[in-house]
Amino acid sequence: MTDLPFTTIEAVDAVFLYIFGIAALLLVGITATMVVFVVRYHRRRHPQPQPSPSSKLWLELVWTLIPTLIVLSMFWYSWEGYLKLIDVPPDALKVQAEGRKWSWNFSYENGRSSDRLYVPVGRAVRVAIVSRDVLHSLYIPAFRVKKDAVPGITTYVWFRAPEVGSYDLFCAEYCGVSHSSMVTTVEALPEAQFSAWLEKSKKPSAAGGPALLSRHGCTGCHSLDGSRRVGPSFLGLFGRQTQVLSDGRERTLTANQDYVRRSILQPQADLVQGYPPVMPSYQGQIPPDELQTLVDYLCSEPLSAAPAGP
Amino acid sequence: MAKQNDRGFLQASDRQPLLFDWIFSVDHKRIGLLYLYSVGAFFLAGVALGVLLRLELIAPGPTIATAQTYNALFTLHGVVMIFLFIIPGIPGAFGNLMLPLQIGARDVAFPRLNLLSWWLYILGAFMALTSLFSGGGPPDTGWTFYVPFSSETPTNVSLALLAVFIIGFSSILTGVNFVTTIHRLRAPGMHWGRLPLFVWSLYATAWVQILATPVLGITMVLLMVERLIGLGLFDPGRGGDPILYQHLFWIYSHPAVYIMILPAMGVVSEIIPVFARKPTFGYKAIAASSVAIAAAGSLVWGHHMFVSGMSDTAILVFSLLTFLVAIPSAVKVFNWVATLYRGSISLEPPMLFALAFVFLFSIGGLTGLILGSAATDVHVHDTHFVVGHFHYVMFGGTGFAFFAALHYWLPKVFGRMYNMKAATIAWAIIFVGFNLLYFPMMLVGLHGMPRRYYDYLPQFQQLNVIATAGSWVLAAGLLLMFVNLYRGMRRGAAAGSNPWQAATLEWVLTSPPPAESFSQPPQVTHGPYDLQQAGKP
Repeated sequence: MTDLPFTTIEAVDAVFLYIFGIAALLLVGITATMVVFVVRYHRRRHPQPQPSPSSKLWLELVWTLIPTLIVLSMFWYSWEGYLKLIDVPPDALKVQAEGRKWSWNFSYENGRSSDRLYVPVGRAVRVAIVSRDVLHSLYIPAFRVKKDAVPGITTYVWFRAPEVGSYDLFCAEYCGVSHSSMVTTVEALPEAQFSAWLEKSKKPSAAGGPALLSRHGCTGCHSLDGSRRVGPSFLGLFGRQTQVLSDGRERTLTANQDYVRRSILQPQADLVQGYPPVMPSYQGQIPPDELQTLVDYLCSEPLSAAPAGP
Repeated sequence: MAKQNDRGFLQASDRQPLLFDWIFSVDHKRIGLLYLYSVGAFFLAGVALGVLLRLELIAPGPTIATAQTYNALFTLHGVVMIFLFIIPGIPGAFGNLMLPLQIGARDVAFPRLNLLSWWLYILGAFMALTSLFSGGGPPDTGWTFYVPFSSETPTNVSLALLAVFIIGFSSILTGVNFVTTIHRLRAPGMHWGRLPLFVWSLYATAWVQILATPVLGITMVLLMVERLIGLGLFDPGRGGDPILYQHLFWIYSHPAVYIMILPAMGVVSEIIPVFARKPTFGYKAIAASSVAIAAAGSLVWGHHMFVSGMSDTAILVFSLLTFLVAIPSAVKVFNWVATLYRGSISLEPPMLFALAFVFLFSIGGLTGLILGSAATDVHVHDTHFVVGHFHYVMFGGTGFAFFAALHYWLPKVFGRMYNMKAATIAWAIIFVGFNLLYFPMMLVGLHGMPRRYYDYLPQFQQLNVIATAGSWVLAAGLLLMFVNLYRGMRRGAAAGSNPWQAATLEWVLTSPPPAESFSQPPQVTHGPYDLQQAGKP
């Protein structure tokens, strides 16, 4: 397979094999010796201990030096592998991943953005990672890459998808109540199909309400069917009598367009009773035309039906 | 029934109510038992929480709890097991009970400080429990309290931090007490070359407690200030740095791993020679490796942070140092196995737990190499592989050593013997359940399942089901073991002063030891593993 370019998978798996191989040999060696001694010198067969030296300098030196050489070789081999993980090929496609409670948003250089990570198969991809709120960690097990998303700095990983297909992408750094739903996929497409996707609907405002809710991560916490998640459901939102805490004062308001807009831009202004105050501000995160589409959609016909549940 | 005055230090006085007689006692043996009962209770609580966590993970999606409850459960499981069981476990209980006896001292150097240390521990534990039912509800940060999440979450994190801060002082006081005791109160003839290896391990541990725990205290205070007045030290929006918190936290919490494992290694070093009827092979190497682990272990904290965004140079250095700290642990394992050579081995319960320790600790240590290696750690960091690995070290290691210590020393403390057959069966069930629980956990981590996941993808289910079944087997074994020990200590046959024919000083005394253990310091005439001299000082 010499024609296939190098991937992060090979870099890491070789190190796994080396360390696990030696570790298994050592474990079997230690355990077998222990079992043989226990059987052979069991008191039934061996009622009296036989004298033997209670220390031997050469033996101590041997079993200090050999493990030292083993771990130094592991260290070096592993470091060589790690260098390949941080050494990004120059032709890599650049994508930015933003972690936020509790979804991922991937944006491309031409302005396209998505809640799934679309990549061309076989080509190196460099993902710059940022966080909007707390620590997250971008983890793609199939490619053996992981890096924390840290507020205030930009980190990165690179990988190359070896085959067309869908690969799981997780958040690996605990980030709160919906940590385990911060899961999406890497979609590796053939080059031509990827280019078509990238160019398609470059203008994000062409997307409708449901697509925008998903892209901006709203549905990570707010359901569309009335079921209770981290935040209140969007179903029956418009016109709902809502108990809120504004500046420490309890009041009841009727949800209207202004309230919905304010709640997106300043979520802490009116906190809905019974829900934790965890939503980050989306000020400056959503282009004005998309914001308008969202507010219109949230206050529109399909969602304003009578609530199905609490 | 045994005669009243045979009950030694357990004998109730008629001067004051029984409870006060215990909770205000400054006798190291009574304080040791106070610790034993308290860490035992918290261990059982931690096990119950662990069984609940496993039950939730038997299937994807909600099973028995909500996501928020699950997050509170694993936070509580971690805090209880680490701060209330493993760290104070062996030093607090068996260190207090046995350290002065093993060196022929009347008591520890500062008996009142010793009592204060237990009281601080109880106060901290009480506050940790209070945090569950007050303020914003049970903390949901994980036991690591990572910022910025921990500085923002509305749950009752501040009180939990204060609890950890106070428990830290308890640990420091124990450390100060043990170092002073070992330096100043050794009986005549008990020179450093004759110290039991358990004492050596406590000595190394005590230095780590004294030097590392203050950093934890400082970190907890900084985080509290961050929460209460918004200092901004860890907030990038105000020039702070969230990674700084991780450094501060692990500067204590990695050495804390050695606070947890070193005394366990000490217990195993006591038990293996006695049941193999051979002096420990490489006494000096084992003693020196304890000190080497304590020293080198203080410089490897960065291996918890290989994917944190820390610089690659730091990763290079921490990876190298982490590999080096594996060496003294390996040396210990080789010496324990060599001690068996040409011995006369009897597989009584303490020995079974000690040998299981060597096997399980080896698995824990060898899988640790994967985590010290930068390339492979990236894949398994924050997955169930890490969870499996540290349970092999902390439970397969320290937990099994704690059980070994219970079976080895309780007959000395209470003067009674448990049922050997039941203890052996319990050992076998625990051993099987343990591996059934934690081995699949490491495999599911290698397949990519992140830790602290309330919900997971369907491909991870099979291994999770096996692990959950393992948790039931393990819990059943633990139950049998504790019931058997309890019955044995209440009603078992008299154990005699030296049931195992061991040569360390605690076995010279009657069982239970008299209230005044050594009113006259004994003249020590032989080494701790000079088994021909068993029963003589």
